[in-house]
Amino acid sequence: MKLSRAEVEHIAELAKLELTEEEKFKFCEQLSAILEYAEMLQQLDTEAIPPTATVLPLQNVMRPDEVAPSFSQEDILANAPDAAEGCFRVRAIL
Amino acid sequence: MELHELTIHEAQDLLQKGEISSVELTQAVIDRIVAVDNDIKAYLTLTPELALEQAREADRRRAAGEDNPLLGIPLAIKDVICTEGVPTTCGSKILENFVPPYDATVMAHLGTQGAVLLGKTNMDEFAMGSSTENSAYFVTHNPWDLSRVPGGSSGGSAAAIAADECLGALGSDTGGSVRQPAALCGAVGLKPTYGRVSRYGLVAFASSLDQIGPFGKDVTDCALLMNAIACYDLRDSTSVDAPVPDYTEALVDDIKGMRVGVPKEYFVEGMQPEVEQRVREAIDKLAELGAEVAEVSLPHTEYSLPTYYLIAPAEASANLARYDGVKYGLSLQEGELWDNYKQTRQIGFGAEVKRRIMLGTYALSAGYYDAYYLKAQKVRTLIKRDFDRVFEDVDVVVAPTSPTVAFKIGEKVDDPLQMYLLDIFTLSVNLAGICGISIPCGFADGLPVGLQIMGKPFAEETILRVAYAYEQATGWHKRRPAL
Repeated sequence: MKLSRAEVEHIAELAKLELTEEEKFKFCEQLSAILEYAEMLQQLDTEAIPPTATVLPLQNVMRPDEVAPSFSQEDILANAPDAAEGCFRVRAIL
Repeated sequence: MELHELTIHEAQDLLQKGEISSVELTQAVIDRIVAVDNDIKAYLTLTPELALEQAREADRRRAAGEDNPLLGIPLAIKDVICTEGVPTTCGSKILENFVPPYDATVMAHLGTQGAVLLGKTNMDEFAMGSSTENSAYFVTHNPWDLSRVPGGSSGGSAAAIAADECLGALGSDTGGSVRQPAALCGAVGLKPTYGRVSRYGLVAFASSLDQIGPFGKDVTDCALLMNAIACYDLRDSTSVDAPVPDYTEALVDDIKGMRVGVPKEYFVEGMQPEVEQRVREAIDKLAELGAEVAEVSLPHTEYSLPTYYLIAPAEASANLARYDGVKYGLSLQEGELWDNYKQTRQIGFGAEVKRRIMLGTYALSAGYYDAYYLKAQKVRTLIKRDFDRVFEDVDVVVAPTSPTVAFKIGEKVDDPLQMYLLDIFTLSVNLAGICGISIPCGFADGLPVGLQIMGKPFAEETILRVAYAYEQATGWHKRRPAL
C-alpha cells in the first residue's frame, strides 16, 4: 500500500500541517510501510464482530445542566497568544 | 541509608516517629537531583521553592495531628499531567509556555494528602514514543547506563525513581508508557484498569487508551500511590464508579493456589534471549511460591500492534487538533488563519507527532475509515475477548514487559516501525482496558529486566498481590544503579 505524493499532501492539508518537501518524501515512505504492515488485519474475519470504541459499558454520560462557577476570563486568557477586549484574537479569516 | 534512597513507606515510618521532617527529606531529594540530574536529565521543570513550601506545610499539618501515607512525601510528575501554576509542556515545543490554570484531579488528590511536588518529568512528545528520545527538549539517560534510553514515554519519571531523584512518581500509559520504562529502569510501574484513575487534567493522546499510573521503588509504594489517585470523578466521563479498596491490603506474601497463565504468543523470536530467560526464571519462582502455572493462548496477540497503530494515532489526530495557536501554546502569528494553523503546527510538533497525526488522519479519512479505523476497532474486540476468555481460567497472565533491555540512545530512531515493535507486550493491555504492572525480575547484561503481570478489569489487588509475593521472595527492587 504505497501512498502517493498527492495523498500525503491531502492528508497534510486535512491535518493542517505545512510539511517540507523532505518530510513529504519521508512520511510517504514511512507511512506506506506502517500501512503495509497494518494490512495484516485484513486476514481476520470480522464480519460479525462489533467494533470497540471504548472498553467500558458506559454510554452518554451526562451531568445535570446546572450553572456553576467556572474559570475567570483572566485565568483562561493568561495563556492566550493574542488577546483583546476579553477575547482570543485570531488571524484574519477572509 | 541516605534520605533520598528511602521508599515512601520507609520515609513515612521515620516521619511518623519524628526522626526526620518533610523539609529535611525534601531538601535531601532536591540535593540528590542537583547532584545527578545533569547526567540523567529526568526533569523538565524543577519546583524546589514550591516543594519546600509544601514540605513546611506538611510538617505543620503533621504537628497538628494529621497523618496519611503521602503527607510530606516528595514526588515527580510526568509533564503530561496539568499542574496549576506550574508549566506543563507534554515534552513539546508547542506547549513550551503553557501554564495550566487548573490541577488535574490526581494532583488535587495528592495535594489533599499533602504530598510534595518536586517537578515535572521529561517524556516523549505528547506521550508518543518508547524511549523519551522524542522529547522536544532533550533525551533522558538511563541511570543504569547513561548511554542508554530509560524507555518511554514516561522515561523521566522512571529514571527519577531509579536514580532516587524522587520517592514516587506518576506517569501515563497509553500503549505501555508506564510499564515499559519501569522495566528498562528497574522500577515498579502500574497501569490501572481503564476508568480507574481520572483522566481530567491528563493531556489527551488517545482517549480510549490513556491512563495515569504510579511508579514506585517497590510494590508497596505503588499501592500507596494507587490509594491516593484511584477514584470516581464526575469531571471525567470515562471514569468508573467502582469502590476504591485499600490496595495495601492486597500486599499479602502468599500466592499459593493462584492461577498464573503464561501466554505462548508472548514468547516470540526476536526477544532478547537473556530477557526471556529472566522472565522464565521469574515464572518458575511463582510456581515455587505455590502458584499454579499453566500455558494459555491469546491468539490475536500479533494483531495488537497494527490495531494500536491505527486506533491510537486516529484518536491522537483528533485530540491534537486543538493545538492551533489560538487559545494557548505556540502561535506564529503570521499570515491568515489557516496558514497560521499549518505553520504553527509544523514548527511546534516533532516528527513522531506529525507522523502519527498523518497516520491517524488517513485512517479516519473518507474512503479509508472502514478498512483501517473501523477494522482496527473490530480487531480490538477480538483482542479484548481473548483476555475475557483467559481470565475465566486464570487469575493473572504473566509475560515479559519488553522484548529487550534498555537500548543505546540513537539506536532505534531511524526506523519508526522498529521502535513500535518494542511495545508488543504492553499494547494489548491498553486495547483490552485491563490492568498491568511491571516489576523488576533480574538483569541481562547488567541492565534491568521487567516481568509484566496482567489482571482483569479492576483486579489491581490481584496483580499487586502476585507482584508483592514475587518481590519479597527475590529482592530485585533493592538494587540501585551506581551513580
